[in-house]
Amino acid sequence: MLPGSANPGAPAPATPRNLPQRGGEPNPSAAAIAAKFGKSFVRSEVIWGDTNVYIQASAVSEIIRWLHDDATQQYDYLSDVTAVEFRDAEQPLEVVWHLRSLPFRRFLRVKVSLDKRAPLAVDSVWPIYKSANWLERECFDMFGITFTGHPDLRRILMWESYREGYPLRKDFPLRGRFSRAEQLRQALSITTEGRYSMEELSVAQAFEDLPEDMRRRLAGGERTGE
Amino acid sequence: MGLSHTTPTSAMFGAPHQESWVTTKLDFLVNWSRAKSLWPMPFGTACCAIEFMATAATRFDLARFGMERMSFSPRQADVLICAGRVPFKLAPVLRRIWQQMPQPKWAISMGACASSGGMFDNYAVVQGIDTIIPVDVYVPGCPPRPEGLLYGIMMLQEKVMREKMSDNTIRNEMEPDPESGLYIPASRIDELSEPFGNSIQQTRSGL
Amino acid sequence: MATKTRTVEVALGTAGVDSDGRAVRTPMTVTENGSVTTLEPPALGAAPELAGEHMLINIGPQHPATHGVLRLVLELDGETVVRCIPHIGYLHCGFEKIGEYRQYNQVIPWTDREDYLNSIGNNVAFSIGAERLFGVEVPPRCTVLRVIAMELSRIISHLVWLGTTCIDLGAFTPFLWSFQERENVYNLLESWVGARLTTSATRVGGMAADIPEGWTDQLRHFIRTFPKTVDECDRMLTKNGIWIGRTTALGVMSANEAINYGLSGPMLRASGVAYDVRKDFPYLDYETYDFDVPVGSNGDVYDRFLVRVEELRQSTRILAQAIDRLPDGPVNSSDHRVILPPKSRAMSDMESMIHHFKQVMEGPRPPIGEVYVPVESPKGEKGYYFVSDGTAKPVRWRIRPPSYVNLSAISKMVEGHLLSDVIAINASIDIVMGEIDR
Repeated sequence: MLPGSANPGAPAPATPRNLPQRGGEPNPSAAAIAAKFGKSFVRSEVIWGDTNVYIQASAVSEIIRWLHDDATQQYDYLSDVTAVEFRDAEQPLEVVWHLRSLPFRRFLRVKVSLDKRAPLAVDSVWPIYKSANWLERECFDMFGITFTGHPDLRRILMWESYREGYPLRKDFPLRGRFSRAEQLRQALSITTEGRYSMEELSVAQAFEDLPEDMRRRLAGGERTGE
Repeated sequence: MGLSHTTPTSAMFGAPHQESWVTTKLDFLVNWSRAKSLWPMPFGTACCAIEFMATAATRFDLARFGMERMSFSPRQADVLICAGRVPFKLAPVLRRIWQQMPQPKWAISMGACASSGGMFDNYAVVQGIDTIIPVDVYVPGCPPRPEGLLYGIMMLQEKVMREKMSDNTIRNEMEPDPESGLYIPASRIDELSEPFGNSIQQTRSGL
Repeated sequence: MATKTRTVEVALGTAGVDSDGRAVRTPMTVTENGSVTTLEPPALGAAPELAGEHMLINIGPQHPATHGVLRLVLELDGETVVRCIPHIGYLHCGFEKIGEYRQYNQVIPWTDREDYLNSIGNNVAFSIGAERLFGVEVPPRCTVLRVIAMELSRIISHLVWLGTTCIDLGAFTPFLWSFQERENVYNLLESWVGARLTTSATRVGGMAADIPEGWTDQLRHFIRTFPKTVDECDRMLTKNGIWIGRTTALGVMSANEAINYGLSGPMLRASGVAYDVRKDFPYLDYETYDFDVPVGSNGDVYDRFLVRVEELRQSTRILAQAIDRLPDGPVNSSDHRVILPPKSRAMSDMESMIHHFKQVMEGPRPPIGEVYVPVESPKGEKGYYFVSDGTAKPVRWRIRPPSYVNLSAISKMVEGHLLSDVIAINASIDIVMGEIDR
């Protein structure tokens, strides 16, 4: 597959120069979203040459599905899913999807504002893009945003029993909430047996598949995996 | 040997912290054979591991120091080279690997992050692996040049050469405090992990 | 002359256990020259029921073949992988959190240590992103120097990949060759920026240092000698029966799957998608260089190897063009918002001194806004996403890690393959844990 194939008449891509901070040519997909999903479309803007589209949180799945499937859009590549929390505590938290259309060589930033007073939840795009799997898990780990419909939403970078909170939130201190000694104590108290043994691997059904004697030994606390 | 009130062993090998001819010669032989053929266990996590690989590779040739036999299993290793930063999630793993190594064993902390947390003074990184395992040699640098690591290894060899059989404290395992599970007192850890230099100034939020 | 034979007992891995749970040992007759003449089948009562038993095996986090502190939990049926559960985060060091507490120029040392095989490339990527956020343009000499930096970085990163992958698959010699070449690149980098690995070579609006005198001649020498090493590795591996046998038809990703899983870089191109950020979303005037994007067709480990080896050659081509066009002039932008005044003026002129003081103590302030600038790192599409609220420190500094997304497809890639192939597939992703866990 050749990138740019859907738009053969377009000029060859070139290094952008002297981009304006605001304004500039918007991505046509922004207008298309506004026309098709008028109610869910909030606003769009062009910053440093990239188009931001703000949409309603309830329509994420629908709009991104359309962007992926529609022949005039073909956003087939999900670069990134992340979130932004601002220093101003009143400002809502934003979830950001960086979408890329390889056939059209387009880039679109889709954003959703989440009110921090309500539960932070938004639709998962995992059914559309498999690449969202770990990206959404990381977002959950670092910000505590729940992605509804994600098949396996659990912490990915911090350990499962991490108790200090969500590190990239602005109310989380740089050095963590606990003292260093307490952090180290908690980290060391993760028994490696526990983490290495088969029950812990969050593959419960695999444990069921194990032979009877092995399950008995494991249940009896025998050390494994050394 | 004519002293009847001592056991034969203590006469030959001397009382604790006393040296006899046999023990010094035996010490030399044992230490020499240990020091000149250390089997490193590379616990490489980050950037320092790349410099460690460079040390082992063509130009710097770690084999000149009797260390070309990398032991990726801790059970056949003599010296743990902790190359790279150690986050809290890795702390129990490092501790477990250290426990799996048989005595005699030594540890080299390679690089600023392993030695002190380095530039990662944040919620995720252990501020110095000496809060988890006993460290013999600290190699500074971010990452240390291969020459730096080689110098650290030579210092470790010197240290090994100075060991005495009569000193039975050097082989003691560091046991955790049963209450807290920590290896050194909590207050000491907090003291060691305090921010230093101007890093306090740099971490004011909101500027 | 009658051949002397002797009979040895071997424990066959496949023979299983007898009813008492002891490993079955099989008598095997061996001739003097070592060839096996008779091998009696093990006398087992009933064949053990092995089909239903799955085994869990844990690889890592400390394992020489996982290229860092990756942990894979594999569910095996016999020797076939039924399921793979990767566990990451053992090197999570909070880069993004630290970035929110540092001025833009102060973040650059962290970019070195994040994808530490590609330090100088990360420096360049960071600076390009930050410059777009500040609205700063850099002079042409700086642009060309950055191209040289990026391609040198690609070369040393691919060389680590080549060396370590060869070790994983049982070939030691290419490791020594590739590390020898890495030392040559390190020499170049060292004489340019003073560090081998953690370079911190760029600043927002320019470079930390111009290249020293005679540096281009050293680089030319490297460009002449380096392709010989690539050819040597190529000769040794590309037609090597063992290499081909251990890499073909492993971890196949079709083009559509690869795009849907968000793969990028050589992983994506090996699957037949010619997506290269340098061509499709150019930066640093890459559109003016003449180079090809190698594309595979099968999307297996062997194709990824071929793509990377060809990229080594293409990088050399770009380097040669970059030296030829290297213009004279300053390496730093003249934009006073981000660049310090010259030292001589800061020491004699009050305005410049105040300016210097403000720059150092408070840091340059970008306007409110956000940018995401992708570059083609050796692992794939790497992007730095900055959000600024007008203060001297970013509100959010996000790293789009290519090997993080590439690794997330490993569960799909290893399914149905043998345990020993997991190592090859894992190696083909070219992961670097510093970037994955950040």
